[in-house]
Parts: sequence; C-alpha cells; structure tokens
Amino acid sequence: MKPQILTANRLRDGIVVFFTRDGGWSERIDDSRLSDDEASRAEMVAAGERAAAAGTVVGPYLIDAAVSGGHIRADRLRERIRAAGPTAGSEQTLKYV
Amino acid sequence: MYRYDEFDAAFVHQRVEQFRDQVARRLNGSLSEDEFRPLRLMNGLYLQLHAYMLRVAIPYGTLSSRQLRALAEIARRYDKGYGHFTTRQNIQFNWPALADIPDILLALAEVEMHAIQTSGNCIRNVTADAFAGAAADEIEDPRVTCEIIRQWSTLHPEFSFLPRKFKIAVTGAPTDRAAVAVHDIGLKIVRNDAGEIGFEVAVGGGQGRTPMLAKVIRPFLPRRHLLSYLEAILRVYNQLGRRDNLYKSRIKILVHEVGTETLTQMVEDEWALIKDGPVELPAGEQERIGRYFAPPPFANLPAEAPRYEAERHRNEAFAAWTRTNVEAHRQQGYAIVTLSLKPAGGVPGDATAEQMDAIADLADRHSFGEIRVSHHQNLILAHVPRADLPDLWRALVALGLATANIGRVSDIIACPGLDFCSLANARSIPVAQRLSERFRDLDRAHDIGELRLNISGCINACGHHHVGHIGILGVDKKGEEFYQITLGGSSAEDAALGALVGPAFAADQVVDAVETIIETYRAHRRTGERFLDTYRRVGLAPFKESLYATA
Ligand code: HEM
Ligand code: SF4
Repeated sequence: MKPQILTANRLRDGIVVFFTRDGGWSERIDDSRLSDDEASRAEMVAAGERAAAAGTVVGPYLIDAAVSGGHIRADRLRERIRAAGPTAGSEQTLKYV
Repeated sequence: MYRYDEFDAAFVHQRVEQFRDQVARRLNGSLSEDEFRPLRLMNGLYLQLHAYMLRVAIPYGTLSSRQLRALAEIARRYDKGYGHFTTRQNIQFNWPALADIPDILLALAEVEMHAIQTSGNCIRNVTADAFAGAAADEIEDPRVTCEIIRQWSTLHPEFSFLPRKFKIAVTGAPTDRAAVAVHDIGLKIVRNDAGEIGFEVAVGGGQGRTPMLAKVIRPFLPRRHLLSYLEAILRVYNQLGRRDNLYKSRIKILVHEVGTETLTQMVEDEWALIKDGPVELPAGEQERIGRYFAPPPFANLPAEAPRYEAERHRNEAFAAWTRTNVEAHRQQGYAIVTLSLKPAGGVPGDATAEQMDAIADLADRHSFGEIRVSHHQNLILAHVPRADLPDLWRALVALGLATANIGRVSDIIACPGLDFCSLANARSIPVAQRLSERFRDLDRAHDIGELRLNISGCINACGHHHVGHIGILGVDKKGEEFYQITLGGSSAEDAALGALVGPAFAADQVVDAVETIIETYRAHRRTGERFLDTYRRVGLAPFKESLYATA
C-alpha cells in the first residue's frame, strides 16, 4: 500500500502541519507518521478529525508520500510546496534584505 | 477624495467587533470550520496553501497616503513585511494569523478601510480606471459612479445571495484601463449626440473557465437611471442565473444561454416596472457624491516645465522612463506617473512595507497625498507637477520602483499561482520572474513595444491570461507543470479573447516559447504595428509554425 501522511493547516495561524509519530502536529514533514496499512490510516484519520473538532487544525487530509535519502517527500508538487513554503515570492527576497 | 460618512464608520467598527467575537468563538472551539468559513469569507479571509490570506478592498483603487502607511504597518506587524496588489484593485496579505485578524481589521477601520464584499456571492468591490480624475481623455470621473453603486449595493439584502459573485467595472474614458469587457457588468461613461452624459451598458463578460466578452445591451443609459437599470439586470440574473451548477452560475452563462437579444428584452421589461421609482438616485445625490471626488487644488502651472525638459535631454534613462511610465494629465502642467511593481526578476504586484511608506511620503510631496492601484498590479501617483518629475524619478530609482517597462513585455500580470493558492495547477510567479529576467534589457523591450503578458496558475484566470496579448495558463499534466499559451487577447477598448496557439509547454520551455513568439512578431511586423496588430493581421499560423515546426 502506498505510504501516506496526514497534513492540515493549524487553526490559530493557518501554518501547514503534519501529524507526527507521537500523535502531535509538527511543521516539519520529516516528523510525519507514515502509514501504509488500512488500520493505521484509519487511526490517523480519526486523530485528525478529533484535532479538527478540538480546534487544533483545519481540514486534515491524507497525502501520498515516500521516503528518500532519509527524508519524507510528498508525491505531489502542491504538497511539496506546502511542506517547504513558496518557491518564489517576496519572503524569499526579504530574508536577505 | 472619498471619505466614509459616519454611518459607514460605525457600521465597519461594528462588523470588526462582530468578527472579533466570531474569531474568539472559532479559537475556543465553539464554532466549527464549516460554521466559520462563510463568516470569515464575508470578511475577506481565505485559508490558502500556507496560511490565511486577507484580501482588503481598495475602493476604485484610490488610497490616501495615510491608508498606504496603515497597510505598510499591517505588513510589518502582522505579515512578513510585504503586501500583494492584485488585478482587482485589492491588496492581499499572505501570512496573517487568525488570532490577529480582528486587530488588523480594526487598524484598517481606523483608516476607513475594510475587507467587506471582497468575497462571497455579492456585488464585489467595484473597480475603476486607475487614472480616474486625471486622464486627459476622460469624460467624467468614474469613481463617482462606482461610489453610487457601492452605496446602493453594500449589504443590499436582495443581492447578498446572488447565484455567484458579481463584478462591475467602470471607465470614464474612451481608452479602457478598467477591462470593462470582462466584467459581469461593464459601464462606459459616454456622451450622446445631445452632449448629455450617460452609460454604455455591457453585460456578461467574465474570465474563468468560460471566458466571454460583455455584450452591449444599451448603448446609452441616461445617468439618472443608473441604479434602476442595474437593479433590473441584477433581478433578471437573481431569478434566472443558474444555482444548480457552479460553473454555469455567472451572468455570462445566462447571457450566452438566452442570447443577448432576449436578455436585453428581459432587462428592459424589468426596468419598465421600476424606472423612475424609489431606487433612482435622488436629485442632487450625484453632485453630493461628486464632491468627494473633487479634483485636488491644482496650481496654475505653465504647460512647459524647463527642469523636466532639460533633464529629458541630458538623461536618457529618465527620458526612457517618461516615455513608458508617464502619461498626459487633464490638468496643464501635471502628469500621471506609474510606479512599476515589476522589476526584473521581481514578484509582480508585491511591495514591501518600506516601499509603501516611501511611496506614501512621495505621494505627500508630489501628488496631493494620493495613490492609485492599477489592475495591472502597479501603483500610480496621479497628479504630479511635471517640474517634479526628475526628483520623483531619482527617488523611485532608489526604491527600485522606476523600471521603465509599463505596458512592455516585463510588465507582467501574474496571479499567486501554486506558490500560494490552494486552487492552482501550476506556479505563476517563477514564470513571471524568469520572463522578466529574460527581457530585462529595456532597449529590447522598447523595440518590442506595447505587449501585455498575463499569467494564471489555473483556469480561474485571476491573472487575466485570456486577455493578455500573450496569455499563459498553468495546467497540470500528470503531476507536472505545463503552460498553455494563448495569443491575441486584450482587455482594453479593443477587447478580445486569446486563441490557443497549440499544445502546452513544459515549465523549462515556456520562456523560450514566449521569446520565439516575440521574435516571430518582430519578423512579421510592419512599421508601427504593435504585437496585437501584427497578430490580428497574420493570425496564429506563423506563430504555430515557429513554435512547433522543429518539434
Ligand atoms: C489566492 C486566492 C484566490 C482564490 C481562491 C481565487 C478564486 C477565484 C475563482 C474561483 C475564480 C473563478 C470565478 C468564476 O469563474 O466564477 C476567480 C476569478 C478571478 N479572480 Fe481570483 N482567486 C484568488 C486570488 C486572486 C488574485 C490574487 C487576483 C488578482 C490578481 C484575483 C482576481 C480574479 C479575477 C480578475 C478573476 C477573473 C474574473 C472573473 O471572471 O471573475 N484572484 N478567482
Ligand atoms: S488563477 Fe487559479 S491559481 Fe491563480 S490565483 Fe486564481 S485560483 Fe489561484
């Protein structure tokens, strides 16, 4: 089964977060809990729903991911950009001014 | 210039407090996202890829220096030090935290700004020619009409739940800088044979997945009937616009399905019932609102400004800038100056907090403290004495705002695309950056001449690609970013929708493809022809050939 991770936006500030191995949420995709079986996937989805109901995160959903070179990498470009931040934009240039 | 009356100020403050309460209830868990979403959208707050995004209306694209400083302060305190000016004369903040939004809205309310009607199926922020009240070819300041429409439409109970969002644009000049042909209603202020001022009314324009140009349903509407006629159009749409299918819900689809003639008849029938009734503008109201837009206290300046002429003769960079970024003003001795938010390699439409503050200072010094936002994502100082131009130019050069490229290939409109937008298929900003790098040589850009290059990251067309002379649309092909190119679009008075030139290009081919298109134009153009003129004369064939023949 294709490995998946659970992602969402944090309610308070909208920042992208990932469901972690210890059942919390992290801004780093590498902290994600990877799931490749039905049971753990259902568990993650249920945890996501609870976190959404509790007002921790907004709109949790599963995404396809893979491990390469010791890092977790989302399959879709959209998700890679969510994980790493905008590839271009003024926050890039402003960092250096 | 326009000021809120007391009623509006009280109302906006009340809305801020109401939303503060709603945010608090969302944060403490008593409102779910499903309950909260419509409330936040009504206040211009979206949730995008990386964060919340707040869209702030800039009515008719006119800002005071005080308002611009407030935007700078919001960018600094609550965002990452910049804001993004959009094609809808809005500013978007890409990184605000939910918990800060009530304070941001309060800071906006303090300078008579808000984010109401920037979202939802209502009549959106009415847009106008960014040169309003300044353009040499203007018949009448379109902002007076915009403001009349705003007062009538704001929270209009009958029109708060339309089948879909509704966008109105107004131009007061024959040169269309407001893209009226691609709005749900486009109003053009015209003069009839008797010399009276009225409107040419066009309906059913729009972009998105089914782009259409608005159809003129009334060549001349006397000014006093503006509101009853708009109300008639909105009623027909509200009754017959499709609510069953999101993709068919805009008025353009209704116009297309019933035909222009039938729609015109329906509007005229509806209008007959309400014409001269209570919706009409009371006598004196036009004049009362007009006073808010009274021209600034212009000085009696001579037509010639020796300082300016002298600088133009000895400074070629300045002279080049005056050719592209400076336009004729209706008042003798003044000029309209466009500040380019399109430096080579920059993000179209972005301005830093420091730039905003500096622009506010320059506006105070040179332009009666007023700034405009154009739908081409640039800023404008509308009333600059010609003699001030050399000093202003030097200040703008220092701020990185004097790129002499207005209306040229690197003056690109680009939507946020996949770097920010949750609906995107592909990135827009990096493509714009690579294109403006490729065409950074201004001599070459001037040789290419007038060119509108517009980029959208998906078919919603926020980046106006359908009406770019060259339009680029990001598509997703099996997870890869590809870009379709259309040619021949225009959002000006010669409005047209672009035609697809052929199969899409991969991300690493698209800049070369644009260059090939431009070289093809240069090879075919006749003296004095713009890109668009040459395209209209020769059609797609030569472009197809040079793009795909070798492939
Ligand atoms: C990033 C968040 C944004 C979202 C979620 C969004 C969403 C949409 C959608 C769904 C449409 C299609 C409407 C339809 O066809 O019925 C649309 C159209 C449009 N949007 Fe956006 N947009 C966003 C940003 C922008 C920006 C940054 C601009 C200005 C640069 C903009 C200006 C427009 C314009 C001009 C249109 C096309 C005109 C029309 O037919 O309505 N939007 N947008
Ligand atoms: S065109 Fe698409 S990608 Fe670009 S801002 Fe609009 S919705 Fe987002």
